[in-house]
Amino acid sequence: MLSASDLEAIWLTIRVATTVTIILLLIGTPIAWWLARTHSRLKGPISAIVALPLVLPPTVLGFYLLIAMGPNGFIGQLTQELGLGTLPFTFWGLIVASVFYSLPFVVQPIQNAIEAIGERPLEVAATLRANSWDRFFTIVLPLAKPGFITAAILGFTHTVGEFGVVLMIGGNIPGQTRVISVQIYDHVEALEYDQAHKLAAIMIIFSFLVLLSLYSFQRKNTLWGAK
Amino acid sequence: MPKQSTTTQNTNSLEKTNKTEQGLYAKFHLQHPQSRFALNVDLILPDSGVTAIFGESGSGKTTMLRCIAGLERAQQGHFVMKGETWQSDTVFLPTHKRPLGYVFQEPSLFPHLTAKGNLEYAIKRSGIPLPAGLYDQIIDLMGIESVLANNSQQLSGGEKQRVAIARALLIQPTLLLMDEPLASLDNARKQEILPYLEKLKSTLKTPILYVSHSVEEVMRLADHVVLMQDGKVATQGAIEEVFAQLKSPLLMNNDTSVLWQGQIIEQDARWHLSKVNCAGSKLWIRNNGDDIGQTIRVRILATDVSLTLSPHDDSSILNKLPVTVLDIVPDQDPAMALVRLQTEKNTLIARLTYRSVDHLALAEGKTLWAQIKSVALVR
Repeated sequence: MLSASDLEAIWLTIRVATTVTIILLLIGTPIAWWLARTHSRLKGPISAIVALPLVLPPTVLGFYLLIAMGPNGFIGQLTQELGLGTLPFTFWGLIVASVFYSLPFVVQPIQNAIEAIGERPLEVAATLRANSWDRFFTIVLPLAKPGFITAAILGFTHTVGEFGVVLMIGGNIPGQTRVISVQIYDHVEALEYDQAHKLAAIMIIFSFLVLLSLYSFQRKNTLWGAK
Repeated sequence: MPKQSTTTQNTNSLEKTNKTEQGLYAKFHLQHPQSRFALNVDLILPDSGVTAIFGESGSGKTTMLRCIAGLERAQQGHFVMKGETWQSDTVFLPTHKRPLGYVFQEPSLFPHLTAKGNLEYAIKRSGIPLPAGLYDQIIDLMGIESVLANNSQQLSGGEKQRVAIARALLIQPTLLLMDEPLASLDNARKQEILPYLEKLKSTLKTPILYVSHSVEEVMRLADHVVLMQDGKVATQGAIEEVFAQLKSPLLMNNDTSVLWQGQIIEQDARWHLSKVNCAGSKLWIRNNGDDIGQTIRVRILATDVSLTLSPHDDSSILNKLPVTVLDIVPDQDPAMALVRLQTEKNTLIARLTYRSVDHLALAEGKTLWAQIKSVALVR
């Protein structure tokens, strides 16, 4: 059926996408919160930077990340100072690149959900003695739950589907950076169409099922907080 | 806690000098950067009963309430509640640290919680243990027992607002702020909730600041009235005083009238009438099923008051009171005059033609009889 290297690529892809999704939820939420509520002049520039990966070719993003994380780049110098070596062509290099690449897919749904809640429920909670953290966990999280779920699903699937950034930053190291999309590319290069077919079909079915569940979930949640 | 009654004679004693001890001191200066609106108030208010903040939309009443709650931050603000400073030049308590309850204009239940879940949200955070019986009392007061288990989105607008009021009460606030709690409801729902608010007022001791632009709500609920115009306080005082001002902006689009408060002292079973004693002036009104001793409010329209030089017994008018003319001012209609009259302790206003004023030779200090054609029970 699937070769050992195919299974290895699948397992690696799952690990990368899961790690990236968790990191994105952790850093994307404060960014989304800030963007949803700020009146700062920086809102426009920050929104644009977050959205850049939507329009840039992955190779452009990958190229600059490669330079930044390389031995002379500012990220690279920082990681070397910390004794971590340089990140390109490692698992964590791939994670960092994927976080940048998938950021808008996580920030935007959360930002939209927080904006849809509006000020009022938070004001109400404040008059009921809830402090900021309390308000976040008891009001924002439950009311924006559909947005968080959408964000997690989009972040995960988008990371699974990336290719250009991986090639630029991660190369093709088995068990380290050789994810499914790269493995398929390798199979095709080697004219192993049978193997490529299997993995490609798995990707199509997986992506379809995920999107199907996402859209049926969103249809059920047209009303805020509906159970 | 010092009890402060809000009748006519006591409001004058609320001097600025005792602002730190009792009462409620509010001073705000706020300028919205994007608009020309500015709020400029400096007020001493009673710390008991219902104080209505009344005015047209855009007069700054909601902004003032939001400043008091700390939801909006005035450039300069000072707020002291019974000696506790919530805001000054050096202090700004965030909203969640102010011991207040707030009822918003639209019913603002948390949609992801049940009605009961909304109440529990308040109980958990109140910081004061819930006294035995208070929960049941509030549920009973608001009549929401039957909807507690429902998801808050399944409730009607009126039910939602009643749950929201109960939620604000369960925080056990020292000050309850209500921002036009009936404005988003249709008339039938308003009439449904008003009796609950009246019960609330007579049952709980929490002082209430009640923002409204409805004369009806103010007449039924308020003890004290603050009139707002263009971000400033136009006038304030006990409700009877404010109504008795001839050109009260409170009545701008309403018929001139006075509001009296009194107790039922006698029932006449044969004619289905009740006698009300309003500070010495006794009136007969239709029996509305209220018991003797019950405090009620009546409204007397200026157009329902006529004047005679002697008490006529040969008329259908039931209520006749001896009065003294205080002053006479022109009405908007050039043919009409408004005559302000002093009864025992109340003020009465009569709307007459200038011809009648001349015919009766009315002048300041003249004593005569007022005939009151109809007395409307406000509550």
